[in-house]
Amino acid sequence: MGHGHYIEVGKMDELGRSNSPIHRLDARAKILTTVAFIVAVMSFGRYEISQLVVLFIYPLALMAVGNIPMGFIFKKVAIAAPFAICVGMFNPILDRETMGMLGGHPVAAGWFSFISILVRFALTVSAGLVLIAGTGIYRLCEGLQRLGIPRVFAVQLLFLYRYFFVIAEEGLRMLRAVEVRSAGNHRLGLSTYGNLVGHLLLRSIDRAQRIYRAMVSRGFEGEIRVGSAGGMGVEHVVPGWINVAYLGGWCLFFLLARYWNIAGAVGSHL
Amino acid sequence: MHMADALISPSVGGAFWAASASTIAYCGKKLKEAHDDRLVPLMGVLGAFIFTAQMVNFSVPGTGSSGHLGGGLILAILLGPYAAFLVIASVLTVQCLFFADGGLLALGCNLINMGFIPAFIAYPLIYRPIAGGGGQSRQWIGALLAAVIGLQMGALGVVFETKASGVSALPFQTFLLLMQPIHLAIGIIEGLATAVIVGFVSSVRPEVVGQSGYRSSVKSVCLGILAAAILVGGILSCFASKRPDGLEWAIAKITGHTELQGNQDQAHRSASRVQERTALLPDYQFRPSNGGLQAKPDSAVDLSRSGTSISGILGGTITLAICVLIAFGLKLRRSGCE
Repeated sequence: MGHGHYIEVGKMDELGRSNSPIHRLDARAKILTTVAFIVAVMSFGRYEISQLVVLFIYPLALMAVGNIPMGFIFKKVAIAAPFAICVGMFNPILDRETMGMLGGHPVAAGWFSFISILVRFALTVSAGLVLIAGTGIYRLCEGLQRLGIPRVFAVQLLFLYRYFFVIAEEGLRMLRAVEVRSAGNHRLGLSTYGNLVGHLLLRSIDRAQRIYRAMVSRGFEGEIRVGSAGGMGVEHVVPGWINVAYLGGWCLFFLLARYWNIAGAVGSHL
Repeated sequence: MHMADALISPSVGGAFWAASASTIAYCGKKLKEAHDDRLVPLMGVLGAFIFTAQMVNFSVPGTGSSGHLGGGLILAILLGPYAAFLVIASVLTVQCLFFADGGLLALGCNLINMGFIPAFIAYPLIYRPIAGGGGQSRQWIGALLAAVIGLQMGALGVVFETKASGVSALPFQTFLLLMQPIHLAIGIIEGLATAVIVGFVSSVRPEVVGQSGYRSSVKSVCLGILAAAILVGGILSCFASKRPDGLEWAIAKITGHTELQGNQDQAHRSASRVQERTALLPDYQFRPSNGGLQAKPDSAVDLSRSGTSISGILGGTITLAICVLIAFGLKLRRSGCE
């Protein structure tokens, strides 16, 4: 299992550092739009499906303009999907009231709410993934801090991110050493596990102390400034009004989609 | 136990977001006051450690299955509640953003279920009193109990948040019956993993385990118990059964009434008069208004449910207050005797 997470985070990191019109937008605009999107999606009624579908435009458009591979995002949604399926799969059994007809057969309301849960899951999950893939952790943390998240938390996120690769590599090396010495038996017993992870913990703590001394020797006095410049990617070349237009435009669209059944209107014109 | 957005309504999500955000701000403030610069890299590295440790599986003794560390409890043991909460929050945020493990709207709920409960309830109220300054066996017991109880509470939180949101049609009891046993197993695994790591570290470098510097005070323990009482009294009592309890059932079987008629002499009569006057919430319900206005049937049900909850909260608070008063009274007597 070990390598999977490591590779996934690396791919996301790579995407987050790329350049596209989406990446050039201010992180705050993107964060707020994502939040508005998720609130809009979750505010629909339990049985709503067709009215929700039009909201797929948001993640899809961002993926297209942001050069984010759609297959990558959909695969992640699919991997996370079993949870939503487990949550909703009892609905068709529990909610038996007939709500529609399909080819002459009555369809239980539970099916509508089940599919609605799945649609909402796909929408919210892809919106979150597109946010991080289209922004990158550094710009995201800076945007979060400017929106009011306590600086100590933004700093924590950045440190965690930065040292994840370092510690993960160390951990994977230790795992490989165990595998190589276990003659094919890959299962870790409890006490071996304790030793292994315990050693990793001690090494991590020692590493943290070395990092601290290095920081102090370079002038660290307790305050870390969170910035996204310094070669981490594209500077904000987008003028402020575009960010406002981005946020405002999408929010307007979400409101429209929420209170007017666009899909229904299209359908009735066919 | 990571909740997806699909389960949460915006109001529940928003409420828990507010709770988590204020907890983050509070922890940040507490850490600033502590002025421990070394915490900055340590917290980051330990967050990375937890992430990595979650990728390592061990086989659970006695069964064929494998498990891995969650990390909330061990972070609290190493760092104390405030720093631990921030680290857990950062791990959960990264998991949410990068792996879609838990939704953005539900992130607040997840932070409370998997961060607040281990850091502020399981560690200070269960692990620390048991494992305290003790040896290996006390650490094991403390870790197992803290992990199991903490995860049960977290699972309860998930069920409550789901129910309050009203998105899933799963009935409360069924969901509960599904969640609690699974999380019992997960809790045991977490307890084992935590205990074995803490055991190793304390045998090799004991100062690491004791260095969190967290001092629990009587005040914070009382607040914690009060919070737990409010939580349990307020929420679970909504689902309190209307059926007679064991004693009422037995009485009904014998006498045909749910309550005994009681003695009619002077002492009993004046006692029951006093009780009628002073009882704020007779029979755990709101007092029916004196004008005799009959409440509509459905609102009577609503009122009675909130009455039970409010009586649960009030009862918990009053009981705690009485306990604290008794404790102070005893303390004063002792210091008076010396």
